Amino acid sequence: MSDDVKSLSGELARDPQSLVFLRLGELLRQRRQFDTATRVALHGLERHAHLADAHDLYARILADRHDYEHAFDEWDMTLRIAPHHTGALKGLAFLYFKVGDLTQAEAHLQAAHRIAPDDPTIGQAFAVIRGEAGLSGEVPAEALPTAESLAPIPEPRVFAGLEGAQEGLLLLDGAGMVLGGALKTADGDDVTETVAAYLAGVSHEATRTARLLGLGDWRGLSAEGQSGHVHVGQPTTESMLLVMRDRSVPLGRLSLLAQRAAQAARRWLERQR
Amino acid sequence: MSGLYMRALDMVTRVRGVRGAMVVARSDGLVVAEQLMEGIKGSTVAALTASLTGRLQRAMMAAGLGPSQFWHLQCESGAVLAVPAGEGLLVVAVTEPEVNVGLVRLELLRAAEAAG
Repeated sequence: MSDDVKSLSGELARDPQSLVFLRLGELLRQRRQFDTATRVALHGLERHAHLADAHDLYARILADRHDYEHAFDEWDMTLRIAPHHTGALKGLAFLYFKVGDLTQAEAHLQAAHRIAPDDPTIGQAFAVIRGEAGLSGEVPAEALPTAESLAPIPEPRVFAGLEGAQEGLLLLDGAGMVLGGALKTADGDDVTETVAAYLAGVSHEATRTARLLGLGDWRGLSAEGQSGHVHVGQPTTESMLLVMRDRSVPLGRLSLLAQRAAQAARRWLERQR
Repeated sequence: MSGLYMRALDMVTRVRGVRGAMVVARSDGLVVAEQLMEGIKGSTVAALTASLTGRLQRAMMAAGLGPSQFWHLQCESGAVLAVPAGEGLLVVAVTEPEVNVGLVRLELLRAAEAAG
């Protein structure tokens, strides 16, 4: 066993919740130790079922083992969790290429290129596909599907019917992984994953603060920002809900909206059990 | 300077239902000035509030909402409210559950202006 693998394995053994499995799994995959890489990836997925990178890792291992059907499912799941995951877009492009669907392959690469224009591997992949297809020059952008049209079919919406369900409500699990909803800035940028990462510790901090001050359990955390307001709550003990609105929605109304969203989240979580 | 902060805190603690108020350094969570009822641990309030508001502030910045201007932690038996003040400070209030939050917010903002 190499030092790197030994060191990463040791780290994972000490902290099974650690995200180090991603590095370890990738290292094993690169060394073509597929059985061990699979075990590491599945170990990670058991603990981080909503982590896009975990599905991406497993998909890469499956693809290397020529299990393209399941690799497709894993990359599809990756995109459901993180629609802008370039690894998954490139992976799906590869799978479409393998089955001869060059239009879909190129469309997925175009989507990846829009997200990561400086990624040199995308250019290389384009060259391979165009060589295979006998294409020359750029494919007109308008002839290709948009990123939105490539997005996977949405799962049953957590917040269906609620105001701003598509962009201002976010449901996380206890580890800060996205369960549903999405957040966008006023400019339309998707900030779901970033905000989720920052919120991961908020619940724990709020619980500590409330308990150490003898204030019992916390019920909600609201904040006013320069351009909008947020409300963070706990629909269940193992989940966290963020509601975000612009400043035209007063904090009091935001709190009411958060209550409705929490009810919807509880019902949705119950259905998932 | 200490007198200035204490006068600012007076504005907050005179509101009915406020159990204490303090000025806290945002960067390290240390107490700068405090007026607290017996039983409230100032250093605990300061450290935890600075940490919690900092975390939420980062999430809000990432969401494009800009810097936070008011935080409100609602709990079963009370609340913690905070506003930013100049020079990297927070003005924080610990309250009973039945308190006029709007009034406390107003006084916190006035205190922050006075302290800043």
